[in-house]
Amino acid sequence: MQAATSSSHPIAPAAAAGGPAVRAWIAVAGRWAAGLVLPALLFGLWLAAVRGQWAPEQILPSPALVWQSFTELWQSGELQDHLAISASRVAWGLLIGGGAGLLLGFAMGLSATVRAYVRPTFDVVAQFPVLGWVPLLIIFAGIDEALKVSAISIAVVVPVAVNTLAGIANIPHTQVEVARVYRFKLGQVLRHVVLPASAPSLFNGLRQATMQAWLTLVFVELLASSEGIGYLMVWGRQLGQLDLVVVGMLLIGAVGVSLDVLLRRAESALLGWRRVAF
Amino acid sequence: MTTASRSFDWRGLVLPGLLLAAWATVTAAHWVDTRLIVPPAGVLRTALRSLADPSFHLGVLFSVARDLSGFALGALGGVALGTLLGVSRRADRLIGPTFHTVRQIALFAWLPLLSSWLGYGELSKLVFIALSALYPVALGTFEGVRQITASQAEVARVYGFDRRQLLFRLILPAASPQIATGLSLGLVYAWVATIGSEFLLANWGHGLGNIVIKGRAAFDVELIVFGMVVIGLVGTLLNRVAARLEARALHWRRVAT
Repeated sequence: MQAATSSSHPIAPAAAAGGPAVRAWIAVAGRWAAGLVLPALLFGLWLAAVRGQWAPEQILPSPALVWQSFTELWQSGELQDHLAISASRVAWGLLIGGGAGLLLGFAMGLSATVRAYVRPTFDVVAQFPVLGWVPLLIIFAGIDEALKVSAISIAVVVPVAVNTLAGIANIPHTQVEVARVYRFKLGQVLRHVVLPASAPSLFNGLRQATMQAWLTLVFVELLASSEGIGYLMVWGRQLGQLDLVVVGMLLIGAVGVSLDVLLRRAESALLGWRRVAF
Repeated sequence: MTTASRSFDWRGLVLPGLLLAAWATVTAAHWVDTRLIVPPAGVLRTALRSLADPSFHLGVLFSVARDLSGFALGALGGVALGTLLGVSRRADRLIGPTFHTVRQIALFAWLPLLSSWLGYGELSKLVFIALSALYPVALGTFEGVRQITASQAEVARVYGFDRRQLLFRLILPAASPQIATGLSLGLVYAWVATIGSEFLLANWGHGLGNIVIKGRAAFDVELIVFGMVVIGLVGTLLNRVAARLEARALHWRRVAT
């Protein structure tokens, strides 16, 4: 922690002396160090609270206990199992909901007739939070896999369809005109005009959908589940083992960060060619 | 979109009409298990009964009050945090990374911890709803503050603004469109958080979410369907009112465009 505070001023004299590479490196290190100050302080506070027994252990598990629970669960493979189950639920939901959303978005975007018939209903349904669906889904689908996958699918459909629609609506008229002059077939129009022009928007949809899927999964697992990360937390809560709850939170946070990084990487890899224009 | 928005397009009514007709037909003809897929008339009956029931009104009222007070707390915190991170590079470096990391913890994962620390009562729900509104508001405010140009700040300096004036006459007004975007997003999240926390803490307190989730336990499908509609309607209504207020509050900006 001391090291972190002392190196939190990246524009140190040493930086001015070094080359630009060294200076850039020091700047990055400084940013990291500065960013770690607050977590270090919070961790210190946590330690102090545990040492001073400010709260009973059921309410405030020690960092050591959390770490121990984490390693135990990890070594027994239990944590990986929960993670794998949660991940497969998200994947199925993304696949089903994403497919339906793309279909809906493209149909509404490309055909004025479909838009006229479906759009008003879609707009109304899209206003309803997914959580509202969950009790009804429990009645129809029970509390097993079908519930999780259907809830996540519903959560995914709306952002995917909305962004697909927006992406198509924003295609410049001139591009469609050019395609018409070249007498493109529908497949060609899709591949050479619609997809490239709407790609950023489609990706935006994917990003929002992934985040929504993850949020919905955690909610449904907390509400009704017998496996998965959310279940681990409910279980820990019921046993009064808050260390399990904290492990669950850290895991959920780690997955959230990984998803965010992954999506950003994928976006710059897939849409990197667009950078050239700006 | 190409048709004139003034004239009503009847084609939009076809799909809901068909769905309703299909719903009425399959239930009337008993082609499906009517305990599971309840007839529309049953939902209507439940709706009328609920609307005449004061405890239903009370539940909705509790939820809306909870939603709005949590939102207000979160919005205030969000504007404060966003402004701080936006104005001070040092604060951004110290707090920003932690904020952006903690933000990635899916919202509902906080609820078990919050309920252990603050109990199952009103307080944990309130903090939870505030947290849900805080993120988007803070992000919006941050973006708004960061796009204030150096020349605008220069003018403020020339006028000799003190800190208070700087905040209330330059920073917040200049960032207001992005703050408004953050606020409207925060309102949506706050409502989701309200209903979600009432679902997850169903046995404690009163609220629309409690009523609906208890309907599930009692297998009262009519109530669930009606509750779902009310949840959607209240959320939509709140967003509409917010959009109105935003348009009025930012009216002065229209002069510029």
